[in-house]
Amino acid sequence: MAEETPKTRTIAVDMVARVEGEGALRVTVKGDTVHDVELRIFEPPRFFEAFLRGRHYEEVPDIVARICGICPVAYQMSAVHAIEQIFGLRVDGALRDLRRLLYCGEWIESHTLHVYLLQAPDFLGYESGIAMAKDHAAAVTRGLRLKKAGNAIMALLGGRSVHPVSVKVGGFSRVPLRRELEGLKDELLWARDAALETVRWVAGFDYPKFTPDYNYVALRHPDEYPLNEGQVVASSGLQLSVNEFEEHFAEHQVSYSTALHCTLQGSSYLVGPLARVNLNQEQLTPLAKQVLADCGIGLPLRNPFHGIIARSVEILYALEESLRLIARYEPPPVPAVPVVVRPGTGMACTEAPRGILYHRYQIDGDGIVREAKIVPPTSQNQSRLEQDLRLFMPRLLRLPDKEAALACERVIRCYDPCISCATHFLKLDITRVKE
Amino acid sequence: MQAIRIIGLGNVMRGDDAAGLLAARRLRQVVDDRVGVIEAEMAGVDLVELMKGARLAILIDAARSGQRPGTVHRLDASAGPVGVGMFPSSSHALGISEALELARVMGVLPETVIVYGIEVENTEAGHPLSPPVANALNVVVGRIVQECEACRA
Repeated sequence: MAEETPKTRTIAVDMVARVEGEGALRVTVKGDTVHDVELRIFEPPRFFEAFLRGRHYEEVPDIVARICGICPVAYQMSAVHAIEQIFGLRVDGALRDLRRLLYCGEWIESHTLHVYLLQAPDFLGYESGIAMAKDHAAAVTRGLRLKKAGNAIMALLGGRSVHPVSVKVGGFSRVPLRRELEGLKDELLWARDAALETVRWVAGFDYPKFTPDYNYVALRHPDEYPLNEGQVVASSGLQLSVNEFEEHFAEHQVSYSTALHCTLQGSSYLVGPLARVNLNQEQLTPLAKQVLADCGIGLPLRNPFHGIIARSVEILYALEESLRLIARYEPPPVPAVPVVVRPGTGMACTEAPRGILYHRYQIDGDGIVREAKIVPPTSQNQSRLEQDLRLFMPRLLRLPDKEAALACERVIRCYDPCISCATHFLKLDITRVKE
Repeated sequence: MQAIRIIGLGNVMRGDDAAGLLAARRLRQVVDDRVGVIEAEMAGVDLVELMKGARLAILIDAARSGQRPGTVHRLDASAGPVGVGMFPSSSHALGISEALELARVMGVLPETVIVYGIEVENTEAGHPLSPPVANALNVVVGRIVQECEACRA
C-alpha cells in the first residue's frame, strides 16, 4: 500500500472562551473516527512547588493564594491544614467554623460565576453571558448579586475579596466580631432564596443525553458536607485517609502538556461538584434535598452537563451552612492557635470548588519548606475530560468545524477547568486528516 | 466611593501580566484621595461592581495584540466594545472587554471608561517585568495622572 502523506487541514477555530488560562485543545479526526484528543495546558502549581522551597512556612498561605484567582481559599486551606498536621496543631471550634465559612464564600463566588455567566449561556443558546444578559437581565442580575454575597463573606473573613490575606497557620490574623458576621445575615437570607431559584432555573434546562461511566472521587466526612476535611472516597468503593493519597493516586507526564495527569490506580476519575453531591448526598440539607425532589431530579447525577445542577445545589448548601455557622458564632479566645515549629511531613486534601486539592509539605526544624507538592483538581480531571471528549466527538463529526468546536467547548466547560489562573488565550484546533 | 476610579488588573506572580496592577500601585502614591485606586488582581466580573457609580473609570491591564512589547494602547470604551481578544480572559475571570460589555448591557457602565493596555512580552510564572514593559509602566502612570487632572479641571 502506497504511503501517502495525509492531507492535513488545521483549523484554528476559536479561542475556547470562558475557560481558564493558557492552553489549547487539539482534536485529530481521521475519516469518521476521532483519532486523538489532546488538551494541552499550562499549570502554575508546578512553578509554585519550586517557588515554595526555601520559604518560611508563614509565607506559604500568601504565596499559594496567588496560584488561582478564583479559588485562593482552597489553596490556603489545603496548605494550612497540611502544615498544621506537621506541627501537631488542632484548629477547632470557632476558628474551624470561620475557615468553613470562608470556604463557603469561595464556593458561592466561584460556582455562581460559572452557573450564571459561563455555563448557562450554553443551555439557553447564547454565545456568551453578555449576549444572554440582554435577554435574561433579571437572571443575570440575580446571579451577580448572589456572587456578591460570596464576595462579602470573603471580604470580611479574608480581609479582601480577591486574594484573602488573613488566613494563617493556626487560624487567622484577625477574626470578625459577632456583629460583623451578623451584618451579613440579611443578604445571605436573600441569597439563599436566590440559590433555591437558581436550582429551579437550571433544572429546567435541556440537557444532552450523555452518561459516561465515572469513578467519582471526593472527600467524605461523617458529620458534614465535605469542605476542609474528610476521608478520600471513590464510587468504586475505595476509602482512604488523606495520608495514603499518593499510594493510590499517581501523576504522570504527557508529551503534549506541561500539566501532569493524575490517575487513580491507573484509571481516570472525576472530582468536583458532581462527584461531591453524588458521594455525599446524605449530608445535603433537607431544603437542598427537597428542592431537588420538587424539580424531579434524582441522585446520583450521571451526566457531566448536570454539573451545573450540582453546582447550584452546592451554592444553596453553602448559603445554608454560612447562615448556620454565623448563627452559632462566638468569637474565639485567640485569632490563631500558637504554633510550635517541628520538622516533618504533612499532607491535606480539601474540597476546592472544582474538586479535591491535595497538598504535601516537608518542613525543617527552622520552619523552612524543603519540599512542596500540589495536586490541583483540574489535573485530576484532565484524563477524564479527554475521555469525555472522545466519547462525545463521534456525534459531532458531521457538523462543520465551527459548530463541532463550540460543542467541544461546552463539554470542556462542564468541568469548569482551571487551566491556569492567571492569563490568557486558549486556542482550539481541530485537525482533520483526510486519507 | 470616588467619582474617578483607577483599576489595575493582573497577577503579580506572572511576569508582565502584573503591569496593570503595578501601575495602579504606583498611581496610588501619586494621585490624591479624590481618586479611588483599586488593585483588582484578576477581578473579572467583579469589575462591574468596582466601576459602579463612578463617572470616570480608568482600567489598566496587560494586553497581547501582537504589537511590540511595551506598546501602550489607550482605548475609549465609553461608546462601544474595545480590545476584544486583546486582554487576558478566562473561565473564572472574564476579561476587561467582556466585563465592560456586561456592565453596558446591565446599564451600569460609567459615563467615561478608558482602558490602558500594556503590550506584554513574557507572562511566565515567576518572570520579572521585562524592560520594555517596565518603561511602558512609567509612560502609563504619567498619562493617567494627566488624565485625572484634566478630568477635574
